[in-house]
Parts: sequence; C-alpha cells; structure tokens
Amino acid sequence: MQPTKLSKDPYNVIITGVGGQGNVMASRVVGGMLSSKGFNVTIGETFGASQRGGSVMSHLRISASSSWSPQIPKGTCHLLISLEPTEAIRVLKDYGNPGVTVICNTRPIHSIGVICGDQAYPELEDIKSWVTALSESAWFIDATDRALEMGNPIYGNIMMIGAAAGIGLMPLDRQDFKSVISAMVAPDKVALNLSAYDLGRELVKR
Amino acid sequence: MSHIIAAKAGERLLLMGNEAIARGALEAGISVAAGYPGTPSSDIIERLAGVAKERHLYVEWSTNEKVAMEVAAAASFAGLRSLCVMKQNGVNVASDFLLHLAGSGTRGGMVLVPCDDPGALSSANEGESRHFARMLEIPLLEPGDFQEAKDMIKWAFEFSEEIRNVVMVRSVTRLSHASGSVVLGRLPRTERNAFFKCDGPALDPMEGPVFSMPVTLKHSQQQKKLQQAVAKFEASPFNTYAGPENPELLIISSSACHLYSKEAIHMLGIADRVGLLKMGTTWPLPPQLMQNYLGLTDNILIVEEVIPFLEENVKILVAELAPQIGIKKFFGKKDGTIPMVGEMNPDLVIAALSKILHIENDAVPEIYTSRARELFSAGAPPREMTFCAGCPHRASFWSIHNALRMDNRKGFVCGDIGCYSLAMLPTGFSTLKTLHSMGSGTGIASGFGKLGPFGFDQPAVAVCGDSTFFHAVLPALVNAVHHRSDITLVVLDNSGTAMTGFQPHPGLPVDAAGNEVPAIDVVSVGRSMGAVVRVCDPFDLQNTQKTLLELLEQKGVNILVLKQICALSPEKKAWKPFEMSVDAPTCIGEKCGCNQLCTRVFKCPGLIWDKQANVSRIDEVICTGCGVCASVCPSAAIGKKEVA
Repeated sequence: MQPTKLSKDPYNVIITGVGGQGNVMASRVVGGMLSSKGFNVTIGETFGASQRGGSVMSHLRISASSSWSPQIPKGTCHLLISLEPTEAIRVLKDYGNPGVTVICNTRPIHSIGVICGDQAYPELEDIKSWVTALSESAWFIDATDRALEMGNPIYGNIMMIGAAAGIGLMPLDRQDFKSVISAMVAPDKVALNLSAYDLGRELVKR
Repeated sequence: MSHIIAAKAGERLLLMGNEAIARGALEAGISVAAGYPGTPSSDIIERLAGVAKERHLYVEWSTNEKVAMEVAAAASFAGLRSLCVMKQNGVNVASDFLLHLAGSGTRGGMVLVPCDDPGALSSANEGESRHFARMLEIPLLEPGDFQEAKDMIKWAFEFSEEIRNVVMVRSVTRLSHASGSVVLGRLPRTERNAFFKCDGPALDPMEGPVFSMPVTLKHSQQQKKLQQAVAKFEASPFNTYAGPENPELLIISSSACHLYSKEAIHMLGIADRVGLLKMGTTWPLPPQLMQNYLGLTDNILIVEEVIPFLEENVKILVAELAPQIGIKKFFGKKDGTIPMVGEMNPDLVIAALSKILHIENDAVPEIYTSRARELFSAGAPPREMTFCAGCPHRASFWSIHNALRMDNRKGFVCGDIGCYSLAMLPTGFSTLKTLHSMGSGTGIASGFGKLGPFGFDQPAVAVCGDSTFFHAVLPALVNAVHHRSDITLVVLDNSGTAMTGFQPHPGLPVDAAGNEVPAIDVVSVGRSMGAVVRVCDPFDLQNTQKTLLELLEQKGVNILVLKQICALSPEKKAWKPFEMSVDAPTCIGEKCGCNQLCTRVFKCPGLIWDKQANVSRIDEVICTGCGVCASVCPSAAIGKKEVA
C-alpha cells in the first residue's frame, strides 16, 4: 500500500503516562494502524519493574522511507499524547519545541511524593496554561472521566487515540483502528473500543 | 494463532525485537528453547512457548540460566537446533557451564541470546554479556535493527553448525523492547529426530563423548573455530558502511548505537563528512575488513554501550595494523567523548560529533528550553517507583518493618531480585538494607547469622520471591540450615514470576507451554531441610506480624511464606474483592495523631490525601480493593464492603 504523505518524515510521536496506565498498548495500537497503512514504524518502549508507578514513555517514529532510532532526539517531538497531565510537562522539558502539538488527558495520578505530602500536585488550570505555553496547539480531554462513564478507565487511552485521529496530523483511520483492536481484545469488547475511539474524535472537534 | 507464525513469508510485520528473534529461531527450524525470565529478554521464550504445539517445539522456563543452557545443550548434543535466552546477568549464572561447553563444542546449531540492559532500565546492574564471548572464546554477533534481529539468528544457527560451537547473539533493551518493520522468511518443514551418538572414537566431535578434555587439544580446536569465524566475518553481510570515500571521521558502532549514530549524522546534516561502519560481527573482529575502513581516515569515534568493548578490540587491531594504516586518533569512552556509564541515545552522539567536528547544534531556541525547564520544576513533581495498588509486597513489608521495630534489636532485611527489590525505597518503608544478585539475600543472611561469636545479635532477615526461591535461594538455604545459621527467610509468594510478566516457575502446576506439570511446594521443601516453616496471608497484618515476631525470637532457620497472588496477575486483575471508602467525619485528619498513617506512611497509590478537606480519600481508578488500608487506619475511618 502506498503511504499517505506525512507533514514531517520521520514524524515523531511520544505517548507518555504513568506505569500501569496502558501506555505500551496505546503505542502498539497507533503503531499497528500506521504500519498497516504501509509506513515504516519504529516504536521504542520502556517497561518492566522500573515502570511500577514511574513515568513511562513510548517513542514512535513514522516514516515513508526507513526505520529510525527507537529513541527520538531531544527537542524533536511533533505530537505528544499524554495520558496524565504532569507527564506532559515532564516530556516537553526534553522533547518539546515551539511546533509541538499536545493531546493531554486531564485526570491526575498522584505520585507517592504527593500522596504522602512531600510534594504538591499542581492545579489543573496551571498545567493547562503551561502546556499551552510550551506548544503550538494543545488539546485537553477528560478521557479517564469519560471512560469511567463507559465503565472502565482503560477506554481513556482509546479515546486519546481517537482524539489523535480527530486532529488529523497523522493518517489514522477508523477502519485500521477496527482491524488492529479486533486482533487485541475479546470480540465483545470491539464495539465499546470503537465508541471510545469515536468519542475521542468528537472531543477534539472545534 | 500467534501473529509470529500466522503471517506468510515475504509479508512485512511490525515486530518487537524479541519477536523478531523468536521468528528467526523458528525460521532456523529450532526444536528446543530454554531460558529464565528477565527483562528485557522474556518475550522471546514466551512467544516460542505460545507456538510450541503448532511448531512442534519443546520450550521451557528453566529453574535458572545455567540449567537453561544445559537443557539447550542437550538438544544440540542430540543433533537438534536449540536456543537459549536470558538477561545480561543470567550469563554470569550460566558462565561456568558455558566455559566448558565452549571447550567441548556443540553439534546441532546452538545460539545463546543474552539481552543486555544498558542504563539498567529494568535491572539492578548494567553489566553486559559481550565480554563473555571474548573471555570464553565464542563468536559474537550484534543485530543492528529489527530485520537483522531475525535474519542474524537464522544465520547464527547455520554458522554454529559450521564451526560446531555455540554462538552468542547479543541484544539490548532498545532492540528487544522496541518494534520495527520486519519482512518474514520461510518457516521450514523439518522433522528432526534426536539421538545422542556417544560411543564413537573418544575425540570424534560428532560421535564421541562430549568433553572439554583433553583441555589443550580441545582449546586449540576452539581457537581454530575462532579463525574460521574471522574468515566468515570478513565477508559477512551484517557489517556495512555508509558514508563518503574519505570521511573526516569514521564512526564504528554496533547494535542500537548504530541507529543513534545514523540519526545524529542525519540531524547534524554531516553525511558527506562522517562515515558509519556498522559492525554486526563484533568478536572476533575481521582484520582485513577493519583495515579497509580504518584506512579511510585518521579519526575514529566508537559508539557503543556499556563497557568500551568494541573500543578496546579496535585499538588492539589498530596497534597490530599500524605498519599498514598508521597512527589513529581515537574518540570514545576512554577519552570521555562518550560517557562510560548509562545507555546511549541520539543526543549523546550528537554532542560527541558536535565536539569533535566543532559544530554548533541548537535545534530548539534557548528561550523555549529555559521556559520548559522552569515550568518542569514547578509542574512535574518527581515520580518515585512504587508498589502497585493492591500489591501484596506493600502489606508484607509493612509487617516486616513493624515486626523488626517491635523486636527492637536493630534487625534488618537482606533483599533479593524481584518487584520486592523496590522495598529499598520508601514504598517498601526502606526495609531492605542489602541488594545484590538472585539468591544473595539468603546467602548474605546465612553469613550474618553466623556472626554471633563476634558479638553480633541483630536479627538477620532475608526475603525472596517464589521464582527466586528455586533459582538461587535453595543452595543458600541449604547452607544456612547445614551450618545452623540464625536467619528468618520470608518467602513473598505471589504465585508467579511477577516482575517479568507471570512466567510459571517450578512452584506452579503449569509449564511455559501451558502443560500440566508437578508443582514443587516451598513449604515442604523448607520443612524437609529441617527449617521451621509458617504460612500467612500478608493481607492479614496482625497475624503476619505476630508470627514474624515469634520466628525472630527463635534460633536456627525459620521460614515465613507470605502467600497472596500478585495484584496484576491475570486471575486477579479484573477482580475487586472490596469496595473501599473513607468515612469523612470519622477521618479526623491532622487531629488524629496518626500522622496520616494511610497516605504519609503506608503510601498506597490508591489513596489520595485531600488537603482542603483534611481527610483521606480513595482513588476509584487506581484502588484494587485489597482492603489492607482498612487495617492500617487507627480510627477505623476506612471501610471495606465485600463486592458480591
């Protein structure tokens, strides 16, 4: 299949969050969707014990021509999908640049430093203004809260992928999502995942 | 059917490096695979176990890496192809056997895949396996990308059969746990029969007995095999060069580092100035090929991780080749151009190239980076690693920590390798005071327990997981019992090798491929050795602490098995036994005098301290309903309601 044109080649995407949020699965869904479009996709992941409750990042490189390093060079992220608000700031420090686009889930996960009172978790409104200041455009989505309404917070990640499709910076389409997710989840869960994907797309309509 | 065998030859798939390695082994027609779980290597054996029935394989999670290599070697001796997989420090465990195997030689192709973890992303060390290839004198290959991870494995099997010795193919986290496009090859239809010919002439490599003796004869044969390897490596397709005919600088690199180097050259736009020699066959280095490329320039940068292995080997070659190629200037780890520790990335190569070639590199405006740094310090509180919500280890260490304090003799805990290693951090109340290799906690405790004659009277406690118990604790435990050492061993039995993804171990009634197998019972093993063994549910804090206090008082070897399934295990994950809630009026916050025991001290991520309301709250998304925090709260403000 001939890949659709990318705005940048390689196009660099970071999916970040907290260990246990489903970051690895999200990156494989996006990677699978673009791979089936004919792109060369390279995904760098971190997982294992070091990720228990820690910050997690997946790096995706999408290219029409070749494979790239599984780690994105600093300052060259094009799209950041953050499953947790403060993680967006953490990633922007190293990989951000004035042209980056951010899609950010608004549901906080408190670190144990915050839980035990040694550190303060910033106000969501402040995080939003900081992320906005550090990006070309930023989208904030109540993905976890909406997913809880659907019965399981894990659908929040799918909503974020739907949002990424909705803003149209990458050639993500619904049919590819359906085939990738069908290979990953039980047949009776496909419809719910599709609803989450569609809701994500809706939420970024301006 | 698993995707690694469902797709056809010629199809392009997005595969993890570990999946590519597994597919390569299948394309090579392996019959046996054995390993011990360890990040970043575990997926290889898992994927092979998943297709064991369809592909007629025998796949096992062995008790430890040494046994895994012995199991794989047996298959080779019987004429089959076998794969052996482990993380970097597993090679240390297996190295004694590997030394002798390298001397005796192999028959059916045998490939050892160690997956190193530069930067220790999931390890207690960043030790590496490559030096074993040089030290034990076996050939070493390093794939440079995902396609090579597959192709090289198949090639390595053929090569192993040519030289009749084991071949090492080394991966790293950023290949094993990264994914990329791989074009598949054909899966062979081979039915192999296993037979161990051992009654031929004593020195016949294919029909005689398999020994590393007579040593000097076998060692000289091993040297000849290395010479064969050199000849083969001179023409290997896995060594490639990209760059101008007369570069200002030659980068020599291998593995994931070659991808970082490629990226750095691209980022700086210096493809016309810098050459990149990617080595796939890194030991022994092929001198003719090296001479050709070393002759292109006088400046050499070596990019690798972690120890300066390639750097040292290249420098030896350059000394030998000096009459032909002259003197070279080296940049690398030894001169500080590349850091001596930690993992590499494109930015470190960009920094090295910028320094050597005097290039300015400012991809991002300074005004942006300084603003981002400023917002980061206020906006992203650090995330220390923590036990998961509902993790039995938090409850276990709460009890161990409290029991040692109540005992009041300055007792301490010798740690071991698993998720529970995190008990060195506040999430486990900083309970661990030593942490080394698999099984070392019990071995060290066994030593402490014999220091009584020197006035030592602190209780020595060791902890280990159920998989670690079988891997390396058993010999240490035998030692402690035999020498009447005074120790308490706490076995944190969460019913699986949890840290690496719930691989089965000898304590479970199922093997890697899902077959029913006899389980070995930790309690019976301990009792048969003569240790006192008690069993508790760690979620029952009161009983656990009471039992532990009793055991700490007793002489000799005492074992407490704390049995509770891992919160992430497939059977437990979707199940919430209790709906937890905080009764706000009963939680009197700062006035309680408990010092916010649930959040400030117990620190479960399923709890939130609501500063405004001055009460504790449950985070419904994260709480798994284990119910333990209800036992921690002194005001009984945390309630648990059984979920029907």
